[in-house]
Amino acid sequence: MIKKTVNNVQEAMKGVHDGMTFMLGGFGLSGIPENAISELVRLNLKDLTCISNNAGVDDFGLGLLLHKKQINKMISSYVGENAEFERQMLSGELDVELTPQGTLAAKCQAAQQGFPAVYTPAGYGTEVAEGKETREFDGKMYVLEEAYKADFAFVKAWKGDEAGNLIFKGTARNFNPLMCGAATVTVVEVEELVKPGELDPNQVHIPGIFVQRIFQGKDYEKRIEQRTVRKKE
Amino acid sequence: MLDKNGIAKRIAKEVKDGFYVNLGIGIPTLVANYVRDDIEVEFQSENGILGMGPFPFEGEEDADLINAGKQTITALPGASFFDSAMSFGMIRGQHVDLTILGAMEVAENGDIANWKIPGKMVKGMGGAMDLVASAENIIVAMMHTNREGESKLLKRCSLPLTGVGCVTKVVTNLAVLEVTDKGFKLLERAPGVSVEEIKNATEGTLLVEGDIPEMQLN
Repeated sequence: MIKKTVNNVQEAMKGVHDGMTFMLGGFGLSGIPENAISELVRLNLKDLTCISNNAGVDDFGLGLLLHKKQINKMISSYVGENAEFERQMLSGELDVELTPQGTLAAKCQAAQQGFPAVYTPAGYGTEVAEGKETREFDGKMYVLEEAYKADFAFVKAWKGDEAGNLIFKGTARNFNPLMCGAATVTVVEVEELVKPGELDPNQVHIPGIFVQRIFQGKDYEKRIEQRTVRKKE
Repeated sequence: MLDKNGIAKRIAKEVKDGFYVNLGIGIPTLVANYVRDDIEVEFQSENGILGMGPFPFEGEEDADLINAGKQTITALPGASFFDSAMSFGMIRGQHVDLTILGAMEVAENGDIANWKIPGKMVKGMGGAMDLVASAENIIVAMMHTNREGESKLLKRCSLPLTGVGCVTKVVTNLAVLEVTDKGFKLLERAPGVSVEEIKNATEGTLLVEGDIPEMQLN
């Protein structure tokens, strides 16, 4: 077994510096790499480009990095939950590349799987396709979207073993598996780090080959953005 | 004239037995409340679940189980979870039977705008561009006019487009309309609403052929 474990988030961050491009998993606040984000805030890295479906909320998730003006450019599909984000974007302080959600997923997956680019119908005929190559297949138009290039991917999984095999939970899975192996270094934090053999290989979502570093995460807040309930009848 | 729940109620009649359905945020989310309970339907949420159930009971919320609107949800028996690439694979691969979403503007050729007001509101398209580019059956749920009373059914969209020539049907507080080669074809009127009122609220070409029936909501 090739061991991928590191002792803590500080060790997992070895090699990060200003000006890098990061991928961060999560949809809304669900499945975000909370430990990695806290450490990036503490390290106070600047001029970052972040690829993440959303930009957190004002006081949590990527919103913490935005608040400290650590992010130069944000690549996301939806940023509606973050007032500070909208302010920085409209004032021009923050460079924003809005990308259709399925395209964002495909561009991560392409990077993971060695495709330089993929054709997608999403965004054809809109400003998203401006300046991009288009092509017709079977009478329908498609836009050529290039794979992302990133230095680090920060991923959150539910369970993982020392070999870096991962299992995700519920809708916290989202973009996390697609970012594994899509950057030069993939750093995974898990709620439960187990010994090899404790995960059923049939249940593994992401094999350890896509992971460079894995550590036992701690102090998860797992904040709920829109707590919605129904009454018991 | 219908309220938001009325629009959802009318759209629920478009949901057929055996459909996989993607519901957008806002009025479309309400549609799930009105689908007949004698048919089998599965709701897909693009953040990674098929077989989405109702909101959880208080105390049973799970941060790892949310819908595309980031609301806490439940998973029904037979549900499945998947990553975002597979989720949009279902959508792009046309495995989802019906897509219901909101809009700021719809044009008579089926163009839709719902993600950006330049210089004012820029929240992003989320999954809307992927959905409208691939789905074959797209129903828009929206109010017929905006807060200023201006028509949202136009000859051409004025806002940045989400997709081109993709909307098949529009259900508003005033009417049910089908998008055809010649414009918006009026299919039904909301209870108590006249054809004249619908004409006045529609900037795009409105086709009125024969007697227009009133919507049946039950």
